[in-house]
Amino acid sequence: MNWFKRKSYPEYWSSYTAHFSKPQEQQLDGIRFVVFDTETTGLNTKTDRVLSIGCVAIEGLKVRISDQLETYLQQDQFNADTVKIHGLLKAGKLTKVEETEGLLQFLDYTKNAVLVAHHAAFDVAMINQMLHRNGLPKLKNHVLDTGQLFQKTKIDTSKSHFSLDELAERFNIPKHDRHTASGDAYITALLFLKLVSKLKSKNPKLTLRDLERSNNRVGLL
Amino acid sequence: MNTIAARIYDYLKAYPPFNLLNPEQLMAISTAVDVIYLEDQHYLFEIGQPVANHFYVVRDGAIGLFRKDNTLVDECDEGDIFGLRALLRKGDYKLNAKAIEESIVYSISSELLESYITTNTNASQFLMASFASNTKARNSEDDDFMETLSRSSEYTYLQTADYSKNPVTCTLETTVKEAANIMTEKHVGSIVIAKDNKPIGIITDKDLRTKIATGRFEIQDKVSTIMSSPVITYPETITVAEAQIAMLKHRITHLCITKDGTDHSDLTGILSEHDIIVLRENNASALIKEIKRSHSANELKGIRQRTELLLKRYLEQDIPIDFMSKLISAINDAITQRIIGFALDKMEQKPPTAFAWLAIGSQGRQEQLLMTDQDNALVFEDVSKEYYEATKSYFLTLSEYINSDLETVGFELCPAQMMSNNAKWCNSVSDWSQQFKRWITTPDQDNLMLCTIFFDYEHVYGDKSLVEQLSEHIFNHIESHDIFLNYLGRNALQNPPPLSFFRQFLVEADGEHKDQFDIKARAMMPLVDAARLLILSHNIKSINNTIERYEKLVELEPQNKDTYQFCMEAYKNLLRFRTEQGLTNNDSGRFIDLESLSKGNRLRLKRSFKAVKAVQDLIKTRFNLSQLM
Repeated sequence: MNWFKRKSYPEYWSSYTAHFSKPQEQQLDGIRFVVFDTETTGLNTKTDRVLSIGCVAIEGLKVRISDQLETYLQQDQFNADTVKIHGLLKAGKLTKVEETEGLLQFLDYTKNAVLVAHHAAFDVAMINQMLHRNGLPKLKNHVLDTGQLFQKTKIDTSKSHFSLDELAERFNIPKHDRHTASGDAYITALLFLKLVSKLKSKNPKLTLRDLERSNNRVGLL
Repeated sequence: MNTIAARIYDYLKAYPPFNLLNPEQLMAISTAVDVIYLEDQHYLFEIGQPVANHFYVVRDGAIGLFRKDNTLVDECDEGDIFGLRALLRKGDYKLNAKAIEESIVYSISSELLESYITTNTNASQFLMASFASNTKARNSEDDDFMETLSRSSEYTYLQTADYSKNPVTCTLETTVKEAANIMTEKHVGSIVIAKDNKPIGIITDKDLRTKIATGRFEIQDKVSTIMSSPVITYPETITVAEAQIAMLKHRITHLCITKDGTDHSDLTGILSEHDIIVLRENNASALIKEIKRSHSANELKGIRQRTELLLKRYLEQDIPIDFMSKLISAINDAITQRIIGFALDKMEQKPPTAFAWLAIGSQGRQEQLLMTDQDNALVFEDVSKEYYEATKSYFLTLSEYINSDLETVGFELCPAQMMSNNAKWCNSVSDWSQQFKRWITTPDQDNLMLCTIFFDYEHVYGDKSLVEQLSEHIFNHIESHDIFLNYLGRNALQNPPPLSFFRQFLVEADGEHKDQFDIKARAMMPLVDAARLLILSHNIKSINNTIERYEKLVELEPQNKDTYQFCMEAYKNLLRFRTEQGLTNNDSGRFIDLESLSKGNRLRLKRSFKAVKAVQDLIKTRFNLSQLM
């Protein structure tokens, strides 16, 4: 039945998917979260490229500084307008890797962790686009968005989008290294812990499922 | 590359023992950190939990270490290390670690640190010291002992005991009756029985009560039959602490002081329990006696300078600052009273009517430890219109004498002219009342400033009833203009806690004191202003001292006890810092060079800002100030 078999994927993809054989752990302190952020050449998920990925893991609801990944990608595409935001030059001094190599590092690092990002849809789309360019399917990880988690706390429902800056300010998180992928990932990680703590005080038995539940459905049941 | 670890490295390198490690070691430690977020009142570890192989450094916020009965053992602030029990690698936690505000804590592998510090003497010594001081507090039985020990040593630590240098003695042949006569004649409570000036025994009032008055011995018996012998002897260098311990140990009330400290050498003095009890005030009361006997402002100047030495010694001995400020205020008041006496002698006529001399500002609050500007005011009884001018001019002349003598003693003239020789601040009761009324009904910036100075007045000399009348007027005015308290409240919030967003100290941006920290304006005045406002809102005028005001507030508002006690502690610390700074630099102590502070004192200073914030938040809510701001 050869035509049912998918085209063969590189080994790193198979070992990545192998991590998803078990059902997803639901207890928050038993989950490895990978909080990540990407710096890109722009905001178009189709045409723009990822310049760097910064990740830091949370396990046992503690930020594990030792469990992190920071990678800079060699991209042909370059957008002078966004340089002033992220400061990444085309031929900067940082050691850069090929996009495929960066992808490999990211998958190898992330494994089956639950991904966390601020306005995650964009960062996930950027990674998926990278996967697509490399002939691979989309990410299999569960994803949480700190923007949506903040909505869940109902602390401020005046608008539906709060920037990372706004929330960092509100939660008293120092904004060191803002607009570096790792710096933003760390700020997002602290924000995530604070949000989880807020939500936990309302619901001590909080599980991953509760965090993933769509905000709009609350009240429909 | 690990940008986040580099950031943690930057933070840790400011604090011991991390600053003692080399960069590679510290980077390795920073890379292995776990970051923990704790909400207010959440526990990090609890009593009975097995120790982790991690210890903790506070990154933001504060962690309290509590005993089982919920008493606070220690408060760990930014950069503080705790949970060092992990270094023992066994046993359970003996304290609860709980966030007392929202906190971020670094958890650091104890094994990793251990592997680095074994080769680093400085770092390991630091850790041993922190650990020793931490464990002491952890054994609850030992702990209570330690506390009582340190409490008594507050007053006594290393101070040489002041004993009586002319001991009253008699011989072995003396009768009890003769000995009692000698004791009565010399007004002493004890007599030493000596032979060749070497102490053999001692008789105290207690012996006369328990052995003679009970009829067990006759008054004709020899002293040798009832004396306590041998005596406990100490050398002349005995400290108060030693003396206290000796008395407790031997259950006695008198110690013999001899040349070499044994009973084989010459008796040179006697030290009684009573001597020790009065010792604390003794020095100050001796000074006050001298003040009362003095004849000129110049003489008083010398006494005031000796007061400074007394203050220095008290600071070294760690005597509680509120106790100190009371003593110093008593001395300042005595000096002022004496000077007013001189001035009245210089006047050709007696005062035409009753008057009272008031100390205002920090002197009125009895918080003036250092010699600063003089701030004072005079109030006299209402007189009929035709005598008014003459009366006022009499008191202005009197004030002129007083202000100038105070200057001679060392209290500089107030540059803002807040003195009684200023016609504005030398008034009849009615004029003062009108003045206060104007300030209260038109609370602009200047008038509020005057309120903060003149509301803290303290009667120093003269007719107290005038002062009471004045206080009554003030409260009547405030009551009919209750919006005034809101203005005063807004004024109290003028100086927000002096920390920037990243919790750095805000220092002076320019001028003579560039980069120095203004402890008076930025930390002390906010606490003083808050205390005044809150106590006025309870209609209490009789308490001026900031610490006492907070004590009273604790009593009046038990629900805010924590905040007020926090403020009290903070204010005591600040007062101590300022006094120490002032004595060291021979100035007002107002501007502090932050670099000169030890880390411990810097943290204590920072902690006091939290008190400022706490009480300002309370005021904001209570006086509904958000819309006024």
